[in-house]
Amino acid sequence: MSRFFASRIGIIVSGAIIGALAALLVLWGNPPNMGICVACFTRDTAGALGLHRAATVQYIRPELIGFILGALLGALLFKEFKPRSGSAPLIRFVLGFFAIIGALVFLGCPWRAYLRLAGGDLNALLGIAGFIVGVAIGVFFLKRGYSLGRSRPVGTAVGLVMPVFALILLLLLLFRVSFGENAPIFFSKSGPGSLHAPILISLAVGIVAGFLAQRTRFCTMGAIRDVIIMRDFHLLSGVLAFIVAAFLVNLAIGKFHPGFAAQPIAHSNHLWNFLGMVLAGMSFALAGGCPGRQFFMAGEGDGDAAIFIFGMLVGAAFAHNFNLAGVPDKIVDGKLVVGGPSLWGQIAVIVGLIIVAAIGWTMREK
Amino acid sequence: MAKVVDARGLSCPQPVLLARKAMEEGEFPIEVLVDTGTSRDNVTRVAQKAGLKVRVEEREEGFVVRIEK
Repeated sequence: MSRFFASRIGIIVSGAIIGALAALLVLWGNPPNMGICVACFTRDTAGALGLHRAATVQYIRPELIGFILGALLGALLFKEFKPRSGSAPLIRFVLGFFAIIGALVFLGCPWRAYLRLAGGDLNALLGIAGFIVGVAIGVFFLKRGYSLGRSRPVGTAVGLVMPVFALILLLLLLFRVSFGENAPIFFSKSGPGSLHAPILISLAVGIVAGFLAQRTRFCTMGAIRDVIIMRDFHLLSGVLAFIVAAFLVNLAIGKFHPGFAAQPIAHSNHLWNFLGMVLAGMSFALAGGCPGRQFFMAGEGDGDAAIFIFGMLVGAAFAHNFNLAGVPDKIVDGKLVVGGPSLWGQIAVIVGLIIVAAIGWTMREK
Repeated sequence: MAKVVDARGLSCPQPVLLARKAMEEGEFPIEVLVDTGTSRDNVTRVAQKAGLKVRVEEREEGFVVRIEK
């Protein structure tokens, strides 16, 4: 069984299952072309916790809870639960912070970039192109000897922080806890945050995806990185299966609408779609995994991946508190108004590129 | 004596990069020490792709991936 998951066919089948389920989640209620978006869902979760107050993007996303629990399950069943930490945790926080700012300027992490493409949103091509460039810059640093240093085995408690955090989120979601007047868990009444599949379906999909991805090491960034570094197409074959399966399901359920303008929860500001994802790609490459993979590793007990996730959670909050995230295209009086990031969002991307490049340049194994 | 590459605790893709560097240097056998299943699978895959023989041994603190011609 372990062999199957490590095989080429194993990752292709797993990628296809995850992709098909992600496309189906839209049919079951998730926002358009957003069956699974790790960045957007982290942002929604940050909003639900009141870390930002953008009223349209607040919901505790059960898919992410499932990612952690499914990966934990896979790790426990196959004796891969290994609490570890200590590889430049603060830098990982910073990488998570800027990764999600870049992703939210584009309006999606690599997961959603691929799903947007599978739904016909051609702006995703700019995002994916930027993402590839960002990963390539990360590879340049890696080849120069970039390293965040070694993690070490640590106590079990470190490995249990994220699973416990996931369970607490699940309880807050299930019981819609309110901590008093004006101190609720926030749930969007309109906008993307209000669109979601039934909780148990989302959770189940998350667990299945988390389990499969933990077993196969599915990674939407590693797919690109391994091709650039060593012409290794193993992970890419999983990601291609993910895209093709999502595309076929979209065709079947009538959710494939090709074009650039006025795509759902997307903007056609090409430059910033591109640059936002350069920042995201670099950050994920330097952190050793896409946002999904960070959740799966956190489920395996990787405390540094958990810190990265908390960096994303805080970055998402800033992205909305400081008005950095991209604004979708709008149709006003029959005319297209192109969205994109505010000036502050653009500045944040540039600052992020400089800081992340400085990390790539200076962090080396001693 | 096997050449030992200690890749324990390193993030992806550093274990693979270190293993590849050792393979290019051409001194066999090579023992790559890793501490996660992911690194074990990745190092195994890259060595097998290069047409080399691989044997994995499980130890308490992780795995030894032994690469031979």
